[in-house]
Parts: sequence; structure tokens; C-alpha cells
Amino acid sequence: MYPLARCSAAPRVGGAFRFQVESSRAFPSRGKNSPRVVAVTTTHAWSAHLTLNLPHSFIPSSRPHTPACVGAGGDLDTSSKMAFESEAPQDDRIARIASTIRVIPDFPKPGIIFQDITTMLLDPKAFKDTIDLFVERYSGKGISVVAGIEARGFIFGPPIALAIGAKFVPLRKPGKLPGKVISEEYSLEYGTDIMEMHVGAVEAGERGIIIDDLIATGGTLSAAIKLLERVEAEVVECACVIELPELKGRERLGGKPLFVLIKSA
Amino acid sequence: MSTCNGDDPRIHDIKTKIRVVPDFPKPGIMFQDITTLLLDPKAFKDTIDLFVERYKSKNISVVAGVEARGFIFGPPIALAIGAKFVPLRKPKKLPGKVISEEYVLEYGRDCLEMHVGAVEPGEHALVVDDLIATGGTLCAAMNLLDICSALFSSFTRVIFVSSEHRTCWCRSS
Repeated sequence: MYPLARCSAAPRVGGAFRFQVESSRAFPSRGKNSPRVVAVTTTHAWSAHLTLNLPHSFIPSSRPHTPACVGAGGDLDTSSKMAFESEAPQDDRIARIASTIRVIPDFPKPGIIFQDITTMLLDPKAFKDTIDLFVERYSGKGISVVAGIEARGFIFGPPIALAIGAKFVPLRKPGKLPGKVISEEYSLEYGTDIMEMHVGAVEAGERGIIIDDLIATGGTLSAAIKLLERVEAEVVECACVIELPELKGRERLGGKPLFVLIKSA
Repeated sequence: MSTCNGDDPRIHDIKTKIRVVPDFPKPGIMFQDITTLLLDPKAFKDTIDLFVERYKSKNISVVAGVEARGFIFGPPIALAIGAKFVPLRKPKKLPGKVISEEYVLEYGRDCLEMHVGAVEPGEHALVVDDLIATGGTLCAAMNLLDICSALFSSFTRVIFVSSEHRTCWCRSS
């Protein structure tokens, strides 16, 4: 069900590193196997913006930023290698999660390589590890709102919200939420769409995170940020399982931080 | 058929958190809005706990959730009981190979899809949605699982629509 993955790490110190995941079970329409470069972000990139009552500008962390490395190899110096070894349990989780995500070519239309997280949901350990990684990041940070974007954000948002004691707020397509809503229009490749949130779901001054399975161009997340900011909530961070960095969605978040587990080329 | 213990104090609190919105999505419908339940972390947790307590020892390996509100309740239950989560979706949302089941709406028809290979024969499955009304959607879900020859354990719903009361209602097939 999942593409079989073999990882060979070529880590570099200081930030995200890239390793190659080679799918040995190709889908028929994909043709011959082609390596897919996946960068794995560090799970311990602790940032001051997650802490209550600190100014929004970045304050250097008291903990060293360490690359998330999987597997052996690479020219690590001793100090990095020691840091790597202490990070290994979390890093193993990310590599395993990445290996459970299925790539579907030409969906929903030709030329699109679709990152299918449903195969990860079929692996209880991988799904649990995914949630745990977000929960570890956001627990104890004064987050009272987890907003999830319909529909795959509804799969990841509620377990995170339950674990950190926050409320869950669904952000939905138009006409789905009953009662009073606020709406935000956003651009699609062709045309526009609308995202809605309930009036009163989020109160001014609340600290929230926004969850979706994947960030591509950032249009959907940008609309979600605007909805929360319109009710004067603070968007602490956006969080996704997967980022497609080439589409530069991260740059369209109005300066809001983005945390992802997996970057996919 | 069985219901949860109505004397469980958690159920009363859960009931009070569900908002009724009249004339949605159309005149005459009293819509049971569970989003207000989700705004109360304790009530949301209690809701999940009630299902987990019921299903954790029942050898359930699949929790199937009906799009979209079934995606809110299904995954936390699946995670807690160690089952996989299988989304049942509207047409053309799931990539790759799917099986489809058509069902009747009040006006017209709709379709529910599930991934080929997500559920294996002999697995014990639980289907989750926020509400059952006419049962059309849940019947379609059951049929999809039957196609995979899953042992159909249970339906789970948060709300059984009733004019007298709202209860946490579970049924064994």
C-alpha cells in the first residue's frame, strides 16, 4: 500500500537536511523509478514565538538547533553527531512517517504529484507519531485554539486539540457551517474559493494554531490566518504534515511561522 | 440495539453543548450543530472517551469516518484504540483506486468512496459519523465495508435525532 522507502542520509549541520527516499514500488503511470528528495525538518527547532508573553521577534533558543538525521553517513562532526544521537528517536519517527505517505501522480489533474496521507492513517503507529510530534511542540504553550482546514485538517486537528486541551474550530467551505459565520475569499489557480469560520468560536486575544495536511501555494492557510486575525486572535503558528517548498507557500503566510514534518520536492 | 448509559453524568454535559440551529440547511430542518461541543475541550474529550471505553476491547482494527464531521470524531477514537482510520469521502476526493457506493438523498443521489486496499477481509470495523438522520449515508458506508468483507462491528454516532432528547446512541449490527 505504501511505496517502499529506502533512506540514505546526507545530513548537514544547522537546520533541515535532505535525504532521498526512493520508491521501489512505482505506480504504473509514473514510469521508471525516480528518486524523490525529501527534506526532514528538525523536531526540536524550538522557537520563542511559541512561548507565552514573549515578543514576536525571534530570540535565540537556549537549546542548540540540531538537524533531524536518519541513518548513518555524512560528515558530521562529533558535537553534531552526539546531538544527532539524542535526537534519533524523534527522527526515526519522521522518516517512518514519510515512508507511509503515498505519492499519486497526475491527481487531481495531469502534472500534479499528489501527496496522499491516507496511507499514513492506515498505520496506527505512524499516525500516532504524527500527532505526538505536533503535541510535543504545542503542549504547554498557552494554545487555546486549534483551527483545522476542511477536510484533511479535520483528521489531524482534533487529536492535537484534545491532547493539548484546546478547542477545535473547523474552517469550512461555504454553506457548511450553520448559524453566523465570517467568510474569507482566496485565490485558486483558476478562480476563487471561500473559507468560513463561526462567529464566536474564537475570541480576541486567544492563541491559536492552524492545521492542514499539506501546504502548497499557501492560499488556503493564508485565508485561515486572516479569519483568525479578523477576530483578533493571535496565530502562533501554522502546522502541516507536508510542505511543497517549490511552491513557496511559506512566503505567503504574512510572516506567520510555519512548522512542517516533511518537505517534499 | 443498545444505548450508552444515560445516567453517565458526562452525557448530560455533552447534550448541553450541542447547539440547535433552526431552518438549516433549509426551512423546517432543526440542525444539530456539534461544533459548539468542539469548543469545550472537556466535553469533546468526554465524547471521545465514551466511545473509546465502549470499543477498546472489541478487537476493532478499522475506524471508518464519513466526510466531513466523521473526520473529527473518528481519528481520536482510532488513535485511542490502536485502529487505523479510513476516510469515506465524496466522489473524486480520494486519489488512486477507489470503490464507490451510491445512495439516495431527499432530492437526488450522492456517492461515497473508499480506497481499495484500505480495509482487508475479516477486519472488525467501526463506522463513525456525528449524526444519523435517515441512515442513507451510513448504509452506504456499511455497504462499502461489506464489499471488502469486513466484519461490520458497529455504527457509532454522537447524536440520534429525536424530538424528545439527544443521546449518545450506539448500535450493534
